[in-house]
Amino acid sequence: MPLLEVSNMTHFFGGLRAVHAYNLEIEPGQIRGLIGPNGAGKTTIFNLITGIYDPTEGEILLEGKTIKGREPNKIASRGLGRTFQTLRLWRHMSVIDHIKLGRYSKLDYGLPGAFFSTPRRLREEEKTTKIAMDLLELVGLPETADQLVTNLPYGAQRRVELARALATEPKILFLDEPTAGMNPEELIDMMKIIREVHQELDLAIFLIEHRMKVVMDLCELIQTLDFGEVIAEGTPDDIRNDPKVIDAYLGKEVSV
Amino acid sequence: MDVFLQQLMNALQWGSFYALIAIGYSMVYGVLMLFNFAHGDIFMVGAYIGFFVSSGLLALNLGSVIGLSTGVELGLVLVLTLIISMLLNSIVGMGVERIGYRPLREAPRASAAITGLMIGIILETANLALLGPQRRSFPELIPTTTITIAGASVTNKKILIVIVSLVLALLVHQFVQRTKWGMAMRAMAYDYVVVPLMGISSDRIALMTFAIGSALAAAAGILFGIAYPVLDPNMGILFGWKAFVAAILGGRGSILGAALAGFLLGFIEIFVTMIFPSTMRNLIAFGIILIILTFRPHGFFGEPFSAQLRL
Repeated sequence: MPLLEVSNMTHFFGGLRAVHAYNLEIEPGQIRGLIGPNGAGKTTIFNLITGIYDPTEGEILLEGKTIKGREPNKIASRGLGRTFQTLRLWRHMSVIDHIKLGRYSKLDYGLPGAFFSTPRRLREEEKTTKIAMDLLELVGLPETADQLVTNLPYGAQRRVELARALATEPKILFLDEPTAGMNPEELIDMMKIIREVHQELDLAIFLIEHRMKVVMDLCELIQTLDFGEVIAEGTPDDIRNDPKVIDAYLGKEVSV
Repeated sequence: MDVFLQQLMNALQWGSFYALIAIGYSMVYGVLMLFNFAHGDIFMVGAYIGFFVSSGLLALNLGSVIGLSTGVELGLVLVLTLIISMLLNSIVGMGVERIGYRPLREAPRASAAITGLMIGIILETANLALLGPQRRSFPELIPTTTITIAGASVTNKKILIVIVSLVLALLVHQFVQRTKWGMAMRAMAYDYVVVPLMGISSDRIALMTFAIGSALAAAAGILFGIAYPVLDPNMGILFGWKAFVAAILGGRGSILGAALAGFLLGFIEIFVTMIFPSTMRNLIAFGIILIILTFRPHGFFGEPFSAQLRL
C-alpha cells in the first residue's frame, strides 16, 4: 500500500481549472519531485493535499485512509509535515520555541501544568527540549537555540522551518522550494541536510523545486506539471530528455 | 503625603479594572488580529453573573448549614463566586467567538469590528429586556475594615482588589509565556497559517483566547461590584473603551503591557482629579495617551507589524 495516494484530483478557483486529474503515489521512504513553470499549480497541489484548500474532485489517501477536505491540523497530526515557499516563521519567537511548538500535540501536562510548573510539566518540557535540540543538531543549528529567528541569516531560517516541520514527526514531508533564494553555499548545505534527514528519519519526501540540479540529484521520480496537468513523469534521466518538458520550460522550437 | 498614598491606592484599584479588561482586549487583538468591541459588555455580563452567583450562594446560607462563622462563609462565597463566574463568563466569551467571529475569520477586519459592536449592543439590550432597567446592588461580600498604613487609611477591599488583579494578570502572563497553549497563541499572532500544520487546532486556540479574556473580565466585574456595588446594563461601555485604549497603549498582544497601561490610565484619571475639576478627567487622560501614542504608535511593548504576512 502506498503511503500517500492521490487519485484524479481536480480543483477549480472559480472558473479557472488550476489542477486537472492529478494522480500521485508515494511509497514509504521515497523522495519525489514536482517541477514545472511558474503558475503551473505546484503549490496549489501542496495546499490541496495539506488541507489548506479542499479539492473540487478526487480522493487523497494517507496510509489508506482519506484525508480529503480534512482540517489542516488533523492532516498534520496524521503525519504530513510541510514547509513553505516563502519563510513563514514566527518572527519574534526563539528558534527552540519553534521546534517545541512542532511537538504541541505530543506535549501533555494536564490542567495544573497550565498555570504551575508541576513536576509533570517540567519532565515533559525537559523531554521536548532534548528532542528539539536533537533536531537542531540534525539541521546544523544547535548553537542558535535561544536566538530569535528574525536574527538568523536566511539559510539558517529555512533550516529552522525544516526542523519545525520534522518536530511534528511526519511520515511524509512536503518541501516547497527548500532552496529558493539561497546562495550556492547554502544550497549545498540544504541538499546535504535533506539527504541526512531522509536517511536518519526514514521518511518520504515530496518536493517542489525550480533548480534542476537539486531535483535531479535528490529525487528518484519526478513529475512535470504544466497548466495544472502532469505532462511527464519518470526518473531524472527520462525527464531531462523528454521533449514535452523541454517545450514547457523553453518554449517550442519553431522552424522558420 | 498620606493624601498621596491614599490616592495611590485609589489609582491602583481603579487601574485594576482597566488592567484586567485590557488584557482580554489585547490577547484577542494579538492572537486573532481583531478588536473584540463586545469586550466591555462581556465585562458587564461577568459582573451580572457574579451578582447572581453570589446572591445565590448567599441564599444557600452555607454558614448555618455547614456551621461556618460569618467571616469564613463570606470568604468562601467570594472565592466560589470568582471561580464559578469566571467559568460561566468564559463560556459566554467562547459563544461570542463561535457565533459572532468564527464565521468572519476570512472576512475583512472591518466586518468583525462591526460584529463586535453589534454583539455589544445585543448584550446590553438583552440585559435590559430580561432584567429590566433598574440597577442591581452587588451583595456585600467583604465587610469593610480600614487599615492605616503610613498615615494613609486604606480599606481591606482595595488591597484585596489590587492583589487579586495582580495575581490573575501574572497567572495569565505565565500561561502565555510558558505553556504550549500560550506558545501557540503567540505563534498565531505572527503567522496563523502555519499553526495548524503543527497539528494545532487554531479554532481551539481562538476559543481559549476568548475564554481567558472573558474570565478576566468576569473577575474585573466582581471586583468592581465589591468596590462600587451598583450594576447597570451600560456599565461596560465606557470601561470597554478605556480598556481598549489601554490595550493599544500596552502594545498588541502584550499581557504585561496591557496591565501596565491599565494601571497607568487609572493613575492619570485619579491624579488628574486631584488637580483639575473631575469633568476634565477623560479629556486630560485621553490627551496624555494621544501624546504617548504619537511617539510610540505601537504602544509600550508592541512591535511594528506592517510587514506582517497574511494569507
